[in-house]
Amino acid sequence: MRLARRLWTVYGGYALGFASLFVLWHLASTYLVGSVLFPPPTVVFKKGLLLAENGVLLAHLAASLQRILAGFVAGSLLGIPIGLAMGSFHPVRKLLEPYTEFLRFIPSVAMITVAVIWFGIGEASKVFLIIYTTIFIVILNTAAGVSAIAPNKIRAAESLGATRAQVFFHVALPATVPYILTGMRLAMANSFTTIVAAELIAANDGLGKMLWDGRLFMLVDEIFVSLVTLGLLGFVTDRMFRWSIYTFAGKYSPAGG
Amino acid sequence: MPLVSFRDVQKIYRSLQGADYPALEHFSLDIEVGEFFCLLGPSGCGKTTVLKMLAGFEAPTAGAILMEGRPISGASRDRGVVFQGDDSLYGWLTAVENVEFGLRMRHVPKAERRERAMRYLELVGLRGQEQKYPAELSGGMKQRIQIARVLANEPTMLLMDEPFAALDAQTRTLMQTELAAIWQATRTTVLFITHDIDEAVTLGRRIGVMRAGPRSQVKGVVEVALDGARSRTDDTFLRYYKQVYEMIRDEVAKSLSRTD
Repeated sequence: MRLARRLWTVYGGYALGFASLFVLWHLASTYLVGSVLFPPPTVVFKKGLLLAENGVLLAHLAASLQRILAGFVAGSLLGIPIGLAMGSFHPVRKLLEPYTEFLRFIPSVAMITVAVIWFGIGEASKVFLIIYTTIFIVILNTAAGVSAIAPNKIRAAESLGATRAQVFFHVALPATVPYILTGMRLAMANSFTTIVAAELIAANDGLGKMLWDGRLFMLVDEIFVSLVTLGLLGFVTDRMFRWSIYTFAGKYSPAGG
Repeated sequence: MPLVSFRDVQKIYRSLQGADYPALEHFSLDIEVGEFFCLLGPSGCGKTTVLKMLAGFEAPTAGAILMEGRPISGASRDRGVVFQGDDSLYGWLTAVENVEFGLRMRHVPKAERRERAMRYLELVGLRGQEQKYPAELSGGMKQRIQIARVLANEPTMLLMDEPFAALDAQTRTLMQTELAAIWQATRTTVLFITHDIDEAVTLGRRIGVMRAGPRSQVKGVVEVALDGARSRTDDTFLRYYKQVYEMIRDEVAKSLSRTD
């Protein structure tokens, strides 16, 4: 009973929110539109279950997720050291700012064209696009984090006898972790936008391809299955990201001091 | 030989518009080994500049700052600093980890540094709080961590930049009493910056009163011949308070009427 109460206080709001979303969707689809072009949730879930059972949905989902993960991890691993260097050394910032300030205004969706020309329609072009969409957000957040370190934190370490390298590894780096994590979280959200756009245009599988096929063959319910899956997948990965921050890096959590 | 000696020090700050502001000019001051020196002055008189230069965070424009006869070059662990705010604490480390930071940087073995950190946490009255993070502690407790962190590092001298200014009146009074007791026990040389006459008379062995800026200097030094615990209601205490007050009154008026 007490567990139920706790679960309710933690997840009750979410459950109600999601429920109301589906109720509104149902009402809108059945009474407001009343067309096959806007199927109600029941139809979509039935179709989703079917696609899940025959493995089609899972195959598309796995394809998209794999691309996102590969590009996201590579983009973060590249972006963090670049951001740290830009935040720590003024000449490096001056040198690299033209790149970051120029390239971040070219949306990854626009880069699909060259990605396909350079890397073909295989995995390489998708991973390239996810790296592209990840790296600038991670760089900018990391560099901002380094610049936001209170000067007194550095001064205190120097007066306590820390060397320059120790100041970097024991003060600058841990103080920047919350900013890095925030950058990665934002990059993760952007990765979803990019992967769908890329798969819409050129791919043999993935949730974006599923959307495109649905449009091609007028399988409206299949389009909706893909859309709902994207929403849920984004929601779940973001929650997992937050959860792992709180669990494994609680003291570095962006919310805490 | 004094432990610290400022000789004819000048510090000029340049604003973004390119205008020069001479904060200090012909500033001279000696601090003796083992004394508790309070530097008192109206706001904006450059007293924090004095501390920053001695700490090695900023270099003087002209003149010399010597410690044990050698010129200061950069920050060093023989001058431990207690900052006014709590932004110098490491939020990702617990109280005891903050205190042993300096020892860890010097690769003191874990058991030894933990033991020493705990001893200093006890000295500042933080026993039982060692596993808490700074965000979980009150303003007064955070200043205690800063003091313990500096003491555990065993510096030659302590530089304190209005360390209690952000605390409420009750906590401030308590912290002053405790700091006086800690100083009695350790006899570390202290340079204590404050704008509070009461605080200066409570803590200082000598009180240096500064002129209002720009081109600030030490106007005069008052020796406080009070020993042990000082009482604010004591006649002698009030006499010193008055003496210092007379010296600083005009400077405060000058600093308020400044038009820049």
